[in-house]
Amino acid sequence: MPIVVKRPRLTLAEKCYFPALMKGLRITLGHAIRILQRKKKVTMQYPEVKWDDNLPEHYRGAPALVTDEHDRERCVSCQLCEFICPPRAIKIVPEEIPPGDEWQKVEKRPESFDIDMLRCIYCGMCQEVCPEQAIFLRKDYAITGVSREEMIHDKQKLYEIGGKREGLINKWNKLK
Amino acid sequence: MIELSELLVPAIKIVVLVFAVILPMVAYSVWAERRVSAIIQDRVGPNRVGIPFTKIGLAGLGQPISDGIKFLLKEDFTPGHVNKLYFWLAPALTMVPAILTCAVLPFGSELFGEKMVVADLNVGPLFIFAIASLSVYGIVLAGWSSNSKYPFLGGIRSSSQMISYEISLGLSLVPVLLIFGELNLSAIVEEQSENGWLLLPLWGEGAIWNGGWDRFFLFFPSLLAFIIFTTSIFAETNRLPFDLPECETELVAGYHTEYSSMKFALFFLGEYAAMIIGSGLIVTLFLGGWSLPFGCDAALMQMAGNPEQVPWWLGLIHISTFLVKVVGFIIFFIWVRWTLPRFRYDQLMKLGWIVFFELALLNIFITAGIIFLTRSPD
Repeated sequence: MPIVVKRPRLTLAEKCYFPALMKGLRITLGHAIRILQRKKKVTMQYPEVKWDDNLPEHYRGAPALVTDEHDRERCVSCQLCEFICPPRAIKIVPEEIPPGDEWQKVEKRPESFDIDMLRCIYCGMCQEVCPEQAIFLRKDYAITGVSREEMIHDKQKLYEIGGKREGLINKWNKLK
Repeated sequence: MIELSELLVPAIKIVVLVFAVILPMVAYSVWAERRVSAIIQDRVGPNRVGIPFTKIGLAGLGQPISDGIKFLLKEDFTPGHVNKLYFWLAPALTMVPAILTCAVLPFGSELFGEKMVVADLNVGPLFIFAIASLSVYGIVLAGWSSNSKYPFLGGIRSSSQMISYEISLGLSLVPVLLIFGELNLSAIVEEQSENGWLLLPLWGEGAIWNGGWDRFFLFFPSLLAFIIFTTSIFAETNRLPFDLPECETELVAGYHTEYSSMKFALFFLGEYAAMIIGSGLIVTLFLGGWSLPFGCDAALMQMAGNPEQVPWWLGLIHISTFLVKVVGFIIFFIWVRWTLPRFRYDQLMKLGWIVFFELALLNIFITAGIIFLTRSPD
């Protein structure tokens, strides 16, 4: 059974289009005036004003390496992050910690640790998978560079972004 | 023997009017379009380009200049499948008639004893209609020579639209010319300056208390003529709600789909130039052109003393009055553009042929009747 949709019967005022036109002009003028009076603010002047303070707790920015309270690099070169990384942005060259070193017991550390920020998709898998809590996603999002080489974050740069992080992060403590 | 000054004075007027008034106004009406559309849509719009290499923004007033440089520096690409001659001719044919029509517009009273109009023709409106109807060729040629379906459809739409609305445009003007009994635009403005604007007959012989009953009754046909004329100008200049030749949702970009760089910019500028001239024409015919309201002109002339010569400061006031009115109308055009949705094509044709054509025709008879009844034959 086909449904017949009845056309609405328009009044003369509606047919001659003029009142609707005036209504439309009034609405747009209202918007213009509200913006001109600065009663409503919707645009942020980006490079000067940033939204950084309002970033949510779970925001996933650039991944970075951290050191622990003894200034020891936490990463033990297990390469789990390298394997899990979906876009294969991480490249680790492991090295043995030489005998005589204070932390020789740890056995391994990365000789080099590169993250290609052109490939990184900020998924956070590396952070999720890291057994040593050595890699974290930070709130930096404006990663720029003028060459491909510049966009590869090496170990030094990663520690620079990451900094020091004390204590372990467990489900039951508040530090996140 | 032609005197040098006879050639030089119009030449100066043309150069100043076109290069110092019309073209910057075109550029800045694009800026105004973007800013006004932005505030209507709760945005900010281009507000950054100011003085280069500094942080001084000047509310984005440098934007038209950088836009112009961008247009000049872009690659001017001519597709291989186009008809080269007409493809190159079309942008010029859009721009030139738009600028030509400003020759007869009186943009001021007098400055240093010179009438502020390039060509003081006795057939002003006729000249404007004759030249303005040429601008359809630019669009049609662009559509046809592009050798591509969307520009072609845009060209067809444009030609039928402009031809249809030219009728109501012309007919809606006949009552105005009947009221003034004059085809010279300068004389029309002077008449309005003395006896009240067509849409504001409140002083001089146009006011009721001075016996201007005819103007009082003629106000209503004038208002109708004004509405029809303004709407037809919208259609003639391909502005929204009648921008069917361009119509980006259906026709990519309509007639200028295949154009790039400065050739595209010429279409763009042509549209805005036509809009400015259209506003100028509306202002001249219905809102007193360069004249100040409520008989201020006569008072200021009396203040200046010499009734023959318009002092230079009053001349400048008149020019700026005209520009202010035109700018007001341009903002109205922009406002309407960002308010109304586009008409369907059949609605557009129906409006042109069934509503406006008849109304304009009826309006002529009403006006003629009122004039016959209220003005005593002398």
